[in-house]
Amino acid sequence: MITFERVSKIYPGTNIPAIDNVRFEVPEGEICVIIGPSGCGKTTLMRMINRLIPITSGVISIKGQNVSEMDVIKLRRSIGYAIQQIGLFPHMTVYDNIATVPRLLKWDKQRIAARVDELLSLVGLEPDIFRFRYPRELSGGQAQRIGVVRALATDPPVMLMDEPFGAIDPINREVLQDEFLRIQEKVKKTIIFVTHDIHEAIKMGDKIALLETGRLVQYDTPEGLLVNPKNRFVKDFVGADRALKRLDLLKVKDAMMQNPVHCHMEDDAEVVSQHMLENELTFLLVADQNEKLHGYVNHYELKGHHGKVKDLVRPMTITVKPEQNLKDALSKMLSYDIGIVVVVDDDGKLLGVLNTRTLLSVVGETYDERGGVWGKITSRGRI
Amino acid sequence: MEIWHFITQNWRELITLFGEHAYIVGIAIIIAIFTGVPIGIWISFNKKAAEIVLYIAGIIMTVPSIALFGIMIPVLSIFGHGIGSVPAVVALVLYAQLPIIRNTYAAIKNVNPNIIDAGVGMGMTRSQVLLKVQLPMALSIIFAGVRVAVVMSIGIGAIAAYIGAGGLGHYIFMGINQTYDAMIKVGAISVAIMAIGVDYIFGLIENRLVSKGLRLS
Repeated sequence: MITFERVSKIYPGTNIPAIDNVRFEVPEGEICVIIGPSGCGKTTLMRMINRLIPITSGVISIKGQNVSEMDVIKLRRSIGYAIQQIGLFPHMTVYDNIATVPRLLKWDKQRIAARVDELLSLVGLEPDIFRFRYPRELSGGQAQRIGVVRALATDPPVMLMDEPFGAIDPINREVLQDEFLRIQEKVKKTIIFVTHDIHEAIKMGDKIALLETGRLVQYDTPEGLLVNPKNRFVKDFVGADRALKRLDLLKVKDAMMQNPVHCHMEDDAEVVSQHMLENELTFLLVADQNEKLHGYVNHYELKGHHGKVKDLVRPMTITVKPEQNLKDALSKMLSYDIGIVVVVDDDGKLLGVLNTRTLLSVVGETYDERGGVWGKITSRGRI
Repeated sequence: MEIWHFITQNWRELITLFGEHAYIVGIAIIIAIFTGVPIGIWISFNKKAAEIVLYIAGIIMTVPSIALFGIMIPVLSIFGHGIGSVPAVVALVLYAQLPIIRNTYAAIKNVNPNIIDAGVGMGMTRSQVLLKVQLPMALSIIFAGVRVAVVMSIGIGAIAAYIGAGGLGHYIFMGINQTYDAMIKVGAISVAIMAIGVDYIFGLIENRLVSKGLRLS
């Protein structure tokens, strides 16, 4: 959708390129985060898309159309633009701010009014309360939301966002990020998102483009960046705790052991007890015919019982959902002091289990080189 | 008491002089706004021009007002308008330029570049950025310059009587010549009242025109 072909930028009077031969492609409907240390050229690269900064050489195209050949005003009006420090017009009401581009495009009044209300509702701001407020009468978070919906006003297919949540405190930033991702689920824009915060990049990005002094070092999914950092620079940039960051990124369903051993409610207690003994199981999960989880049984209680498993089943109170991230699951396991947690879907159906071993093996995948895999370490002491 | 007596005796003349004064200053200010504001906007786009224009306007300000009125006589007599209201208006227009140009320039230069960037990035043309973003945001500082210019012109306008333009300065100069205290006082107080009144009216206009969003809470 947006392609960069050998794009370079050399500012007049300098020899060192600010952007050096960058090439990559952003697929339609994805968020591409451009990240790097300050001065790496990430904002420059973004601003070259809507030609706020002229391109020295190479081609940037949107849907196959070279941006340098388009009418610059039309190009900019067709791209949503949300910037650092919000950039709301302080002398205009919320309504007028959001209506800026629709008015430039000569929409009629009714259409603009309807659109403004729709957008305010989208970010949970009551139109009747906020429509005629001025930016100085808004909180930081509210202003930031207006900044984002202003960029969405004409429903442009492409959006450029330059650290849109940069000026917000960490707690509200999380809220805004989640809210924005929910909106993106619905609107499916192609978004170029500039940030210097690796957490934000991992959270928001479908792809991450990591720049160092104007060169594209690695263009990959957040997962790829964490698991296969291309070089020392990438590794340092994503941070020493990249394994932990990966827990943030991975879902329970990616790490769980599927189809765990279990028995049914109607099974005979003696048979199950015998099976547990042979397989050295202390506890066993219990489901019904529809594989819905009912709880677990304890071998000590089951042993010698004549009857059905369901007589002795104990409820399982701590479960996780397959869509939760591994960090949540791990923190649940730690806070309830349990070594295993069962994964069920919304209907309570048994899907798998997650234990510390499976969790750590996922984390271990992050370290695939020197220092990663040591082989089997035993407690034999000095050899 | 003496002042009151003077006013009751000469109220017709006082009104005429007040009218003349207001007329000269009014014409001068209108011309000054319609030249100073565009010049201020223009130089905000042109650094070289800004330096030159602000330098010249600064020099004009340093010329003593009575000398400036004096200079007008030989210069404008070439066109047959050496004395009277024409040289007075020209001198006042020149004087009023500096506060208006300087404030307009500073106000436009001071608009937060992030906000201009937002406008440009959303696809405003240069003139749309100027009209919809920069000028509305600069308005209150431009107004402050205009108000300074108006008050100053009303004060300096008194000197216009010296080159035969009439106005309230007439009472002041004549009062000095005749050591007639009441006459001087009436002239001076009237000038002050006019300045305060006009400044107040401009304040009301400013409140109407400047966006509520820009007012400090």
